[in-house]
Amino acid sequence: MSTVLMPMEETITASPTEVWLSAPPLTEADAATQAGTPAWYRELQEKSWARYLDLPVPKRTNQHWRFADLKMIRFADLAPAAPATDPASLIARAVAGRPETFAAHFVFANNRLIHSEIADLPAAAICLPLNEALVAHSDLVRSHFLQETQSLGGDKFAALHGAATLSGIFVHFPKGCVSEKPILVHHFNGGEGRAIFPHTLVVAEDNASVSVVDVFESITPAEQTLNVGMVDLFADRGGKIQYVSLQNLSDNGAKHVQIHSTRAGRDAAVKVGFVNLGAAWVRNESLNRMVDTGADCQIFSANLANGIQEYDQRTLQSHEAQHTTSDLFFKNALYNNSRTIFSGLIHVKPGAHHTDSFQTCRNLLGSEEAEANSMPGLEIDADQVKCSHGSTSGQISDEEIFYLQARGIPADDARKIISLGFLNESIEKLEGDELKAYLFARVQQKFTALDESA
Amino acid sequence: MSNSATLEAVSIDQDEGNFSYPEDYAYDAGYGLNEGTVDYISNIKGEAEWIREFRHRALKVFFAKPMPTHWASKDLENIIFNNIRYYLSKGRAPVRSWDEVPDDVKKTFERLGIPEKERKYLAGVEAQFDSEAAYSNVKEELTKEGVIFVNSTEGLREHPEIFRKWFGKVIPTGDNKFSALNSAVFSGGSFIYVPPGLKVKHPLQAYFRINAENFGQFERTLIIVDEGAEVTYMEGCTAPKFETATLHSAVVELVAMKDAKIQYITVQNWSNNVFNLVTKRGLAHENAEIRWIDCNIGSRLTMKYPGVIMKGRKARGEVISIALSNNGQHQDTGAKMIHAADETTSNIVAKSISVGTGQSTYRGQVHIPRHLKGCKNNTECDALLINSSSRTDTYPAITVRGNQHATQHEASVSQVSEDQIFYMKQRGLSEGEAMSLSVNGFVNDLVREFPMEYSVELKRLIDMEMEGSVG
Repeated sequence: MSTVLMPMEETITASPTEVWLSAPPLTEADAATQAGTPAWYRELQEKSWARYLDLPVPKRTNQHWRFADLKMIRFADLAPAAPATDPASLIARAVAGRPETFAAHFVFANNRLIHSEIADLPAAAICLPLNEALVAHSDLVRSHFLQETQSLGGDKFAALHGAATLSGIFVHFPKGCVSEKPILVHHFNGGEGRAIFPHTLVVAEDNASVSVVDVFESITPAEQTLNVGMVDLFADRGGKIQYVSLQNLSDNGAKHVQIHSTRAGRDAAVKVGFVNLGAAWVRNESLNRMVDTGADCQIFSANLANGIQEYDQRTLQSHEAQHTTSDLFFKNALYNNSRTIFSGLIHVKPGAHHTDSFQTCRNLLGSEEAEANSMPGLEIDADQVKCSHGSTSGQISDEEIFYLQARGIPADDARKIISLGFLNESIEKLEGDELKAYLFARVQQKFTALDESA
Repeated sequence: MSNSATLEAVSIDQDEGNFSYPEDYAYDAGYGLNEGTVDYISNIKGEAEWIREFRHRALKVFFAKPMPTHWASKDLENIIFNNIRYYLSKGRAPVRSWDEVPDDVKKTFERLGIPEKERKYLAGVEAQFDSEAAYSNVKEELTKEGVIFVNSTEGLREHPEIFRKWFGKVIPTGDNKFSALNSAVFSGGSFIYVPPGLKVKHPLQAYFRINAENFGQFERTLIIVDEGAEVTYMEGCTAPKFETATLHSAVVELVAMKDAKIQYITVQNWSNNVFNLVTKRGLAHENAEIRWIDCNIGSRLTMKYPGVIMKGRKARGEVISIALSNNGQHQDTGAKMIHAADETTSNIVAKSISVGTGQSTYRGQVHIPRHLKGCKNNTECDALLINSSSRTDTYPAITVRGNQHATQHEASVSQVSEDQIFYMKQRGLSEGEAMSLSVNGFVNDLVREFPMEYSVELKRLIDMEMEGSVG
């Protein structure tokens, strides 16, 4: 009797109490790089480390970790990533797998820059690896670096990132500076028990427009690796940013934490896209703040979960001024034993009247074992607000399959086509035809790879 | 839209229950809660040993469990358990005739129109005054057909063979801190049994009244409807307005056997000092149906998430909820749908209206586990904000495992638009009438789900609340 009567228990997990790391995961080479950075930065890293030690490990009672499998966040045996042994092959991989047109291309392997290429960057723009930007543009970096204090549960990860990050890029587009072509950044991670801490900081001043694409891949499959990345986007008056993260890590063992924040100023427009295809465990946090009139944030995600993957996505759309808008559109296609968690909150703060805010999460369940958790939330404290959220879970209907079969397409292919179309709906909302085609091709490749392994 | 005008309009309706009589109790467990309190209650009721043990175990669970403030309102911290009286009654057994009810209690219920309503359309009535039912009666023909309608003490004493089997089984003691509290000090409530195949035509009604200050009411209700039988149960609640906090923490368990139907209707209109923390859950066997129709208008803080566990194939669960939050109120309501068998379906429709500084919250849980087939859930929650200081939150959680189910959740938040008001004013309606019409339109489809007498009352109530909320 009691088993039926108490099915409310969520995934039961032991609460890990061990300290993850006892020292910042930096190699001697990293320490040398660190020594070259400005004093404020080294201080900030020390503070972050102290904060990291201070913060509790997420517990089951923490609402930001509801439904999460906390076994996934035990990292007692992490080590800093060592230099990649064969950078040339990684560069070749990155170059082969990139869209044709781009403004600049950077390749990082295990926290180190191994390749950079400027193709077509406006003269006024700054686009540098973080460690170089820290030296060359210390004040500019400082005024934007890790400014966001709100957390969607990953504050311990953010502190760890703050204590260790030395890789990634700093992009600054001054007033009126516009580039249609994206800045591409590849991050490779490899080596058993290794961690990388990629950072992406993008600033678009008044009426500037910039696009950045991060691509995350594993050097070799089946290794226990961890990425703890952060992305901070600042768009000033009329500024435009598009940021896309394509996560295509190895399905076996790779863990990926990405904490994103946007600060959209007056009439700024920011688009963010998360495409998750790989990794064993992903935690995406996306904090979108519309701080001045006319600000608009759009957040899209397409996730293809299979095997025993767990994709855990937490989002906040924070409306802090009048006449701001936002739209969130997430799509999950689930196969095998995979799990997804979507927890999104629209928060309309007092005084943020005339807000339009929308949120949609759709789950397509492709197996009997897959599990989709949705927690779409609303907190409305203002007047003249239009808000809605919707969440659906379902499967491809037999009629849809039949329709395609009637046109000569075998059932298995029909399923694949419909799933692809389902995920592509998110990708379609981004800008740049070439980029969209590139992302779609990656999703298609993943489907093919899954077919072959099955 | 002025808040003071709203407040004025609102106080009209709540005055109906805002009166009290001097306290004069034969039994009083005193302030505070300890093992002695539990023994006192158990002794008065002359309970069997297993119930006493059940209470003591529950008390330990209550002390051990933390407040759920990691997700719930911090207002819960304002409940001081030692300043509350846990048992107050004038007599131990309810009477069967209104004539025998003590004068002040009778006057209370007469003012609230209970005897009149009983004559008109009810099949049975129980009226609880603080800890114990003062009056309990059920139509003779129903008794002959085997319907049992008694309070918790009597139910467990006289009919243990029926009630013990399910008592505390749908909502285990340890379900949450307040269900543990109720399990330790419960008194009053309704224990109902409907025999197989009997369809009770008229509703059974319970009326809950808090009269004393610094008091906690902990009624316990268990309704068992046997195979193919049907029943509708209604409860209403009021209390006078005191300066201090009053606690109401009920546990309601429903069991619908194969093909049975239960409809449970609540109209909650506690005064604005009552913490209303209630656990309600139903267990639906094969092809059974449980519907919770819930209307929350009163209280300071209500936390109530009626649930249905669909245990048998093709069982159905439904929650229909209307919440109205006024100045200083927080209606934290919602629903839980636990699918535990194939082809089970559930439906949640929740509408809330926040007026002045009122806050409405919807919390929902929908759970569809692995290896089930053909489960469906539909959730809709709509919120209406009247003033700029009003607040509304929505926190659903939906878990779906497997690819043979369908769930959908939709929520929207809106205002009565200026265009709508303008349109109606142009056609000769006053601004107040226009607002009232819009709000009634917003909840109209749900109000119709209530029995006639209630839906008329509800419409009138909403009219009154909205009058003067504009301009």
